[in-house]
Amino acid sequence: MDLSFTPEEESFRDEVRSFFRDKLPARLSTLVREGKRLRKADMEEWHAILNERGWLANHWPGQWGGPGWSVIQRFIFDNESALAHAPRVVPFGVNMLGPVLIKYGSEEQKKHWLPRILDGSDWWCQGYSEPGAGSDLAGLKTTAVRNGDVYVVNGQKTWTTLGQHADMIFCLVRTDATAKKQEGISFLLIDMKSPGIEVRPITLIDGEQEVNEVFFTDVEVPVANLVGEENMGWTYAKYLLTYERTNIAGVGFSIASFERLKEVAQSQKKGGRALADDPLFAARMARVEIDLANMQTTNLRVLAAVAGGGAPGAESSMLKIKGTEIRQEITALTRRAYGSYAAPYIPEALEAGWNGEDVGPEDAAMAAPSYFNNRKLSIFGGSNEIQKNIISKAILGL
Amino acid sequence: MNFDHTDDRRMLADTLVRALRDGYPIDTRNAGAYSDVGYDPAVWQQLTELGIVSALFDEAAGGFGGSGFDIMVVFEALGRALVVEPFLGALMAGRALAAAGGHDETLAGIVSGETIAAFAQEDGATPVTATKSGDGWTLSGTKAVVAQAGAASVFVVVIEQDEPLVFLVPADTAGVSVRSYNVVEGGGAGDVTFDGVTLGADARVGGEGQGQAIVDAAVGAGLLALSAEAVGAMEFVKEATLGYLRDRKQFGVPIGKFQALQHRMATVLLEIEQAQSAVINAASAFDGDDAKARARALAAAKYTIGRTGALVAEESIQLHGGIGMTWEYAVSHYAKRLVMIDHQLGDEDHHLQRYIALG
Repeated sequence: MDLSFTPEEESFRDEVRSFFRDKLPARLSTLVREGKRLRKADMEEWHAILNERGWLANHWPGQWGGPGWSVIQRFIFDNESALAHAPRVVPFGVNMLGPVLIKYGSEEQKKHWLPRILDGSDWWCQGYSEPGAGSDLAGLKTTAVRNGDVYVVNGQKTWTTLGQHADMIFCLVRTDATAKKQEGISFLLIDMKSPGIEVRPITLIDGEQEVNEVFFTDVEVPVANLVGEENMGWTYAKYLLTYERTNIAGVGFSIASFERLKEVAQSQKKGGRALADDPLFAARMARVEIDLANMQTTNLRVLAAVAGGGAPGAESSMLKIKGTEIRQEITALTRRAYGSYAAPYIPEALEAGWNGEDVGPEDAAMAAPSYFNNRKLSIFGGSNEIQKNIISKAILGL
Repeated sequence: MNFDHTDDRRMLADTLVRALRDGYPIDTRNAGAYSDVGYDPAVWQQLTELGIVSALFDEAAGGFGGSGFDIMVVFEALGRALVVEPFLGALMAGRALAAAGGHDETLAGIVSGETIAAFAQEDGATPVTATKSGDGWTLSGTKAVVAQAGAASVFVVVIEQDEPLVFLVPADTAGVSVRSYNVVEGGGAGDVTFDGVTLGADARVGGEGQGQAIVDAAVGAGLLALSAEAVGAMEFVKEATLGYLRDRKQFGVPIGKFQALQHRMATVLLEIEQAQSAVINAASAFDGDDAKARARALAAAKYTIGRTGALVAEESIQLHGGIGMTWEYAVSHYAKRLVMIDHQLGDEDHHLQRYIALG
């Protein structure tokens, strides 16, 4: 057994590092490091830089503009990206819709939509969850009824992340109300500017407007925007969800935020010494650091097992559960580390471009909102309870 | 053994719970909680007219209660409704003045609810120091995250040193400034800066050798109040989460039918019961003669509710799923309070260490 990267992987990592050093604007990495909320233009700027290098859609085949990386290379890239405090790639077009179109889309759809994902012409959002269909996603009720050359869509989607910026939404819709619930679903691409669409923001626990409700009233969608076959949408949806989970462990994010935590624990004082030297706090930090080191190897073991190609299956559920628990624990410790000064709520301080005077230590204002915001990690993308169901069924055979 | 409250105390609790249930829905609460001043003065007036502050003080201080169990029932009811009005400042500042004697007029104003008071102890980046100047004192430095600082017309200020010095400082004294803000879960707080504030000798609260006892009286009452408030908030969250488990259907059944969720809810229930017991222990010891037993029980209670508060908050959000993450839904604000209460008057680690040190 040898845990080190191969010389080729090492030199790939060096190449990736020098890319981040040369091409990642300091303004963006500062915002990410400080935990500020990025604006649409910030995310688009980073996409354009990655796309110029050909690294935006790093798991797409070369034919469609991907770099042809192995899963280990992708892991290295994602890790280095987080360590460099690069903005995360907005996943909806690149990581979710892209793979579905490549596997199930028509040639016309691929030629039309894939380049537009890469060059930023379309900002995509995801129309999966509904008020009555969360963990039970297949219980969705939004309908699409064929009428000549169009589908007429009625219903409601919710938790639509960054839908306020979106040009397009990919939606799961019910096209056969009489079939078994998984068998009457289709996968439609819908223009957000269509008449009959209304987007209403949902304010989250930390005051951020990150997710939305999307209402559809007699929205007409060209039949050409059906992906694959009618009533086969559940198959595509499941395929998409495995991609959504590929990097869900977020090891790189955890390493980066743990480094920040160590800095905070050094600068914060408790009883006349650094908080990092307080035995109880030090024990909390050590536990999560060990968990994280273990997680890193678990992640690599899973990737090595699937290195032959494709996305990990039920193993990604393990990565999701443990990875999100670790990320949440680090945000909890960071909040805890600021003591009283985690309490002031300075919403302006969370936004990019704010230059006001801090209350208490620099960046303290981000700690509690970030902790509360990250409670979502164990809920979205299939809640951790659903992941445990998958493990029970697919791995344990129970 | 009898775990029932006295009739008087039960009536007090019932009156308060009813008034809050009818007159303090979450929208009213949030409108005050996230306003500039961080509370609703009209609500404050209504509640103080019911005698809620008076219940926190004994007759010698102008009230009609003041025992540990009085503090417990009042703050449990306030916690259950997620009240942000400045009761904690009244309790802590008032108990400090009552323990010291003197400053009767200010104390009477606090007990009646006419005077809003804040208790300023924790130091900011520049600790507050007091230097003798003539007969009086000069204060300089900043107190950090003082609850309800922006609303207060008087501060009880603790100068942290071996034998603490305590001062009563009107907010309009020359050289006193407040940077006020909301806190994450709603409510007001602020950093209070003393820029060479000159005080007369009469600003001193208590005399030589009294400082620690005054601080213990105020902080002890504050710890009991926060612990009871947390248990009240936990009770609300438990009921809301149970309701959701019964009502929300996925896969054709209420999600409360899933054993994985049942067991987690059962853990939440028993940890809340343990927290309730911790508060009862603390309220009982609060009035006892054994100062060390009192301090230990208070540390135990604050430790317990810090740990359990985070558990209840995190589990209630998780069991709700996305809806628990929304601003619109009351549980999210309760969850924030239950987590952030651990950032007031020392967190669970602090109180665990204190408990050990007192052992």
